[in-house]
Amino acid sequence: MTLDKIKKLLNAQILCKHKNHDCDIKYAKASDLMSDVLAFSQPFSKPEALLITGLTNKHVIRTCEIAGVCAIVFVRGKNPSIETVELAKDRKIIILTTKLKMFEACGILFSNGIKAASTKKGK
Amino acid sequence: MRSKTVFQQEFKIKGGDFLNAGESSCKIRNILKEIGIDADIVRRLAIIAYEAEMNVVLYARHGAMYLFVYPDKILLKIKDMGQGIENIDLAMRPGYSTATEEIREMGFGAGMGLPNIKKNADVFKITSKVGKGTALEIIINLNGKNG
Repeated sequence: MTLDKIKKLLNAQILCKHKNHDCDIKYAKASDLMSDVLAFSQPFSKPEALLITGLTNKHVIRTCEIAGVCAIVFVRGKNPSIETVELAKDRKIIILTTKLKMFEACGILFSNGIKAASTKKGK
Repeated sequence: MRSKTVFQQEFKIKGGDFLNAGESSCKIRNILKEIGIDADIVRRLAIIAYEAEMNVVLYARHGAMYLFVYPDKILLKIKDMGQGIENIDLAMRPGYSTATEEIREMGFGAGMGLPNIKKNADVFKITSKVGKGTALEIIINLNGKNG
């Protein structure tokens, strides 16, 4: 799914984008716990994964960099700080923000074909 | 005979430095990528380094990570001076956490740190002394996937 389609489906705003703006998202993971994001990071090694979260600090960006996530959707109308956006720009991670609740955002993306990041073993 | 080191570097970690927490692990990830290590192994080692670095920042006074790349394996040692772990078996249990509310608000303290590290490692050793600190020794075998 293209980022433009995700933007349209979630009525989202793109806060920061990069050259790989047209990446094709296939998997998503929704969590406010960064260790959970890392624990379920198997399909994230492919550059086709999206994180849906309500947490907007800089650790989210670093977690995505470590896990190889290419884009983040901030839910519940949360806007990240300038520092968070700057770090995302530096690490080439795309940020979208939507007023939808996490449950709604997940439901819309799931019903439109985005698959859940599975719990495959780490190695 | 010990195999020849291809690369080694030390990374200092300051306890309580939430602003920069995770930066050393991002550096390690980039170093391994540049050396040409297999992407899946880079991901596993980056997750290990990140979880371990966060543990030092969240629970210890200070510590360091030591990265050694050999032709056949990667060794990562993490040592900290801090409160130590009273019951390692309990700390290894997924979901068990002693994190404060402040730590949880930052998105950490889910009780998945050490289990995540073990899951991604080929060899996992942990030793800890209450009131002194904790040491981790991690090995990931390259199995010829060293670029």
